[in-house]
Amino acid sequence: MTTALPATRAAKGLILTVCCLVVVFPFLAVISTSLADERQVAEAGGYVLWPQRPSFYAYEAIFEGGVVTRALLVSVGVTVVGATLSLLCTTLLAYGLSRPGSLASRPILMVVLFSVLFSPGIIPMYLTVKQLGLLDSYWALILSALVNGFNVIVMRAFFLELPQELLDAAKIDGASELTILFRIVLPLSKAVVAVIGLFYAVAYWNNFFSALLYITDNSKYPLSLILRTYVVDNATIGTGDATQVPPQQSLQMATLVVSILPILLVYPFLQKHFAKGIMIGAVKG
Amino acid sequence: MAVLGRGRRLRRDWLLLACAAPGLVWLLVFHYAPLLGNVIAFKDYQPYVGIAEAPWVGLDNFRIIVNGDPAFLNALTNTLVISLLQLLFVFPVPIALALLLNSLVSERMKRTVQSILYLPHFLSWVIIVAIFQHMLGNTGLLNGFLTDHDLGSVNIIGNPELFKELVVAQVIWKDTGWGTILFLAAMSRIDPALYEASAVDGASRLRQLWHVTLPGIRSVVALLLILRLGDVLSVGFEQILLQQNAVGPVASEVLDTYVFNNAVGAGSWGASAAAGLVKGVVGVALVLGANKVAHLFGERGVYQR
Repeated sequence: MTTALPATRAAKGLILTVCCLVVVFPFLAVISTSLADERQVAEAGGYVLWPQRPSFYAYEAIFEGGVVTRALLVSVGVTVVGATLSLLCTTLLAYGLSRPGSLASRPILMVVLFSVLFSPGIIPMYLTVKQLGLLDSYWALILSALVNGFNVIVMRAFFLELPQELLDAAKIDGASELTILFRIVLPLSKAVVAVIGLFYAVAYWNNFFSALLYITDNSKYPLSLILRTYVVDNATIGTGDATQVPPQQSLQMATLVVSILPILLVYPFLQKHFAKGIMIGAVKG
Repeated sequence: MAVLGRGRRLRRDWLLLACAAPGLVWLLVFHYAPLLGNVIAFKDYQPYVGIAEAPWVGLDNFRIIVNGDPAFLNALTNTLVISLLQLLFVFPVPIALALLLNSLVSERMKRTVQSILYLPHFLSWVIIVAIFQHMLGNTGLLNGFLTDHDLGSVNIIGNPELFKELVVAQVIWKDTGWGTILFLAAMSRIDPALYEASAVDGASRLRQLWHVTLPGIRSVVALLLILRLGDVLSVGFEQILLQQNAVGPVASEVLDTYVFNNAVGAGSWGASAAAGLVKGVVGVALVLGANKVAHLFGERGVYQR
């Protein structure tokens, strides 16, 4: 390749820098506002570029036991229990389908593939959850999204790539299918299992619509619904201590930061493996 | 492999079947049963009566679509306008960005930019909408800056006239970085010898882009365009639902929110399910149609003929 002119290189650098700033700047502004003390927010409104006297006042207020604390517990609970169950069902289903030629594996695979192609639609889904008596239950949030067919296909593709001689050898030694799964297959598939587990966890954490659809009791709201009510629709956040209320905007931004933080923490890992996962799916799908 | 009888295969494979069972049962109960629940599109469904007991009404529920209920037509128009805007402004941006990233020599810089730009993809729409409000809202950063410098203020969030542009901008912010992945992967598969040969022939970098890179990603572009067409009737459901309160239904109602609001809000379950069903069928038809057109132009499309 010919080398680029300095002017072109500068232009490219400039464009990419601007792109990155457009993404990063809003996060910094949100964090700054959440850390600003009441005086600064009262004076400047949302226009806080840097907290002059940083304080954790807003965080203390939302963690004092009000609606945000409770919603956070709900979200953490649903995410942990949901991701664990999802991962378990997905792994088992993918493993059950990973021996071509085993009994009924062909039709079951078709059932999985078609589930990726056709989604049932909002209303029938709501009616099903309702008929099962799961409205206003945390289980609705988990059971409405337990298995993602695409993840099953990605994981099955990974299992099929494992050296089959290893599995055959274990079988000759008398190992049962479950022993093979837990002693041989899973230890060799740690990366893909972790990525798909995180994939589910992020989906449960971000879940907004099922909560909106199935949860009407606002004492059961997860964090996403709290964000909608108190930040997007701008209702007043109730905190445990009603006498000393920090300005609304820092409470809102603190809540927002709390919702973003878990994603930021797992992001480096996601980013490293996600693109690869997509490619496996695209090639093998 | 010797062909085994069903009984012997069951004895051999029962543990595998047991492994598959929980996931399979879930799919049947929470995916296929609701899929059948779409029959209420042909029924006069009322909550508290149940799907099975509801009387059949034939195609009555589809009448609103044929007869042109103004609210439905408004939702359809908004959906198509937003879809068109997205096709024109959202679709090409990741391609341009991927071309730019691909032309970077420094691998480290490329990776840094990528890790920054992928991030918004993992955030939920509630978070994105909240961030946009904080930046552009009436009490947000931009207006705070403008008032501070006596420059008046701008009404962006909550302005029905700018709603569609706002929706498009949010999608660009959230998914442009992520959208580059497939294009970058396609570019990395282009044979470097093609670049070398064209350089020997005296091609400038711009000509290389036109004659080597773009043809190299043509089939991926076609594939994604076809898939996008299949989604022409579904635009940002959560994203729009979250922002409807501020701008009202005339500016913001799209088909998905119409189906949702009309059923859960207004109680016309059958008619909403009918609208949802038509939407789904049209989506599949559009993918098949677009795929056909792609074949006519000699592309592979989503599946082979």
